[in-house]
Amino acid sequence: MTAFIVRRLIQTVIILIIVSLIVFLALRLLPGDPIVMLVSQSQLQQISEEQLDKLRHDYGLDKPMLMQYFDWTAGIFHGDFGKSITNSEPVVKEILKRLPITVHLGVLAFILGIIIGVPAGVICAIRRGGWLDNLVTFFANIGITVPVFWLAILLVYLFSLKLGWLPVFGYTSPFTDFVKSTRQLIMPVFCLAIFGIAGNARQTRSAMLEVMMQDYIRTAWSKGLKERVIVMKHALKNGIIPVVTLVGMGISGILGGSVLIETVFAINGMGRLLVTSTFNHDYPYVQAIVLMIAISIVLANLIVDLSYVWIDPRVRYQ
Amino acid sequence: MTTEATLPAGIKETTRRVGEFRRFMRVFLNRKIVVIGLAIIVIFVISAIFAPTIAPYNPNEQNVMNSLRQPGGAHLLGTDALGRDILSRVIYGSRTSLLIGITVVAFSAVVGMGLGLIAGYFGGWAYTIIMRVIDALMAFPMLVLALLIASMLGPGLNNIVIALSVGLIPIYARLMCGQVITVRENDYITAEHSLGSSSLRIMLHHIVPNCLPPLIVLITMMLGSIILAEAGLSFLGIGISASTPTWGSMVNDGRSYLLELPVLSFAPGLAIMLVVFGFNMVGDGLRDALDPRLRGLL
Repeated sequence: MTAFIVRRLIQTVIILIIVSLIVFLALRLLPGDPIVMLVSQSQLQQISEEQLDKLRHDYGLDKPMLMQYFDWTAGIFHGDFGKSITNSEPVVKEILKRLPITVHLGVLAFILGIIIGVPAGVICAIRRGGWLDNLVTFFANIGITVPVFWLAILLVYLFSLKLGWLPVFGYTSPFTDFVKSTRQLIMPVFCLAIFGIAGNARQTRSAMLEVMMQDYIRTAWSKGLKERVIVMKHALKNGIIPVVTLVGMGISGILGGSVLIETVFAINGMGRLLVTSTFNHDYPYVQAIVLMIAISIVLANLIVDLSYVWIDPRVRYQ
Repeated sequence: MTTEATLPAGIKETTRRVGEFRRFMRVFLNRKIVVIGLAIIVIFVISAIFAPTIAPYNPNEQNVMNSLRQPGGAHLLGTDALGRDILSRVIYGSRTSLLIGITVVAFSAVVGMGLGLIAGYFGGWAYTIIMRVIDALMAFPMLVLALLIASMLGPGLNNIVIALSVGLIPIYARLMCGQVITVRENDYITAEHSLGSSSLRIMLHHIVPNCLPPLIVLITMMLGSIILAEAGLSFLGIGISASTPTWGSMVNDGRSYLLELPVLSFAPGLAIMLVVFGFNMVGDGLRDALDPRLRGLL
């Protein structure tokens, strides 16, 4: 078990290093002079060649690539992600302001995905072929098919413009105005959660169907146990394992989706910042946000794998 | 009296060897929903290929005098703010979606399977290096990675294809690698080795064909995901170019007129959903027909 944990930790460190290299090198794909990553186009036209050389030196762009990478990662460990090109503010300042918003939405969507998706999948599996199974399977198929940004627009059309029940866009902190905050959150959180709900339902359904055919479940039936006990106590414990594996993917889906959903609902989170800074060619932001998203997914996957030790005793005895 | 005649009719029927292809088609077309999915795909492929013939108008023909028309009459789905025919744009949009979807999937399948094959067959360092890079790439949500790469490379069809492929290659590579590791252990591979076959021959003639079924299913299903990701990119405005009609950008354009003319956003979004649904269903059908054991895994 210790060997498993140690191996997994080492692996995570290696993956994190490669992730940071990918983000670092992606910016070097930029055609032309890397100085344009740090100075806006308008500034670039005004300054002379000597000033440009000085800037290159200041930013360390005249050093070898490997040294630049080490400088960059060293900065990150000190919480320094560089300065914005557009407003010269430290990138980390704006990110810290926006991070709680994206986390708030993401956590709610994640929870919603589990508390709706998993029970829906269980019900489908134990009532296989019934009308409830067909209904849930139908909606799950829609859930993995629908473009979330389009779903968001449909919901806005129906619930905001036609019925007037919910606000069209915006975000308010729940600590400022809880009711307003909740009303604003309903549609974006649902849109972010839809993929998770559908995915979890499908995964739980097929995992539970597999488990329900096992011998020990038949034994449980023949012992005369109640269906509720068999499902909750015997089947679900094993049926849930493949679903836990997908948690990392679910987080990836939520973070990817937040780029679209925050844009539709004009929510000033990290996802929207990524889009606006992409358009403004504000590369330090792009770099920092993409890196943070990837790191959170790597760490989520690590937690999932380590939790196996606790969920699945077979891992413990390996 | 022949033995055949003594057998009850039912047994004769079941023991007769059903042609592999016929069995495949029977299982594949068994579920109604798969047939519907297939029909949707066929319709969209036809409209993509014959767009110039089918579309009633030129998708880029502007006519400000005729802008924001309600659906009906000469324009079945109405016109947008620049007076362009929505139906024609949706039909032309299928070209972009399918072209990008198929190119990205084909390109990433070849590269991903190649990497997976090398990693799985040779093991050791090749495995460690390839799989760690793949693990790292999988830490990026496809849309975020595509956004990063597309923003660096700039707009254009090729760049969008590259941006989306980088996100997809790891998925194929990982599945292929796992498949190869399983197939590699079979006795017939050991036999080939002892017969002195070259690695390349073993890989291409014996390992690849046996790894294909789950990959074919994944290729079909990923077409839907790629079309969704491309739609997301063009919705954000990071598409191939402003003049080419894409479903994602049409949904975005329609947002400004949501109250007056919701069809502007609704129609292209519905097209995205139908195509993705079609590919997912065909993928489901292929999975059942190729290898029912894959149920729940893919």
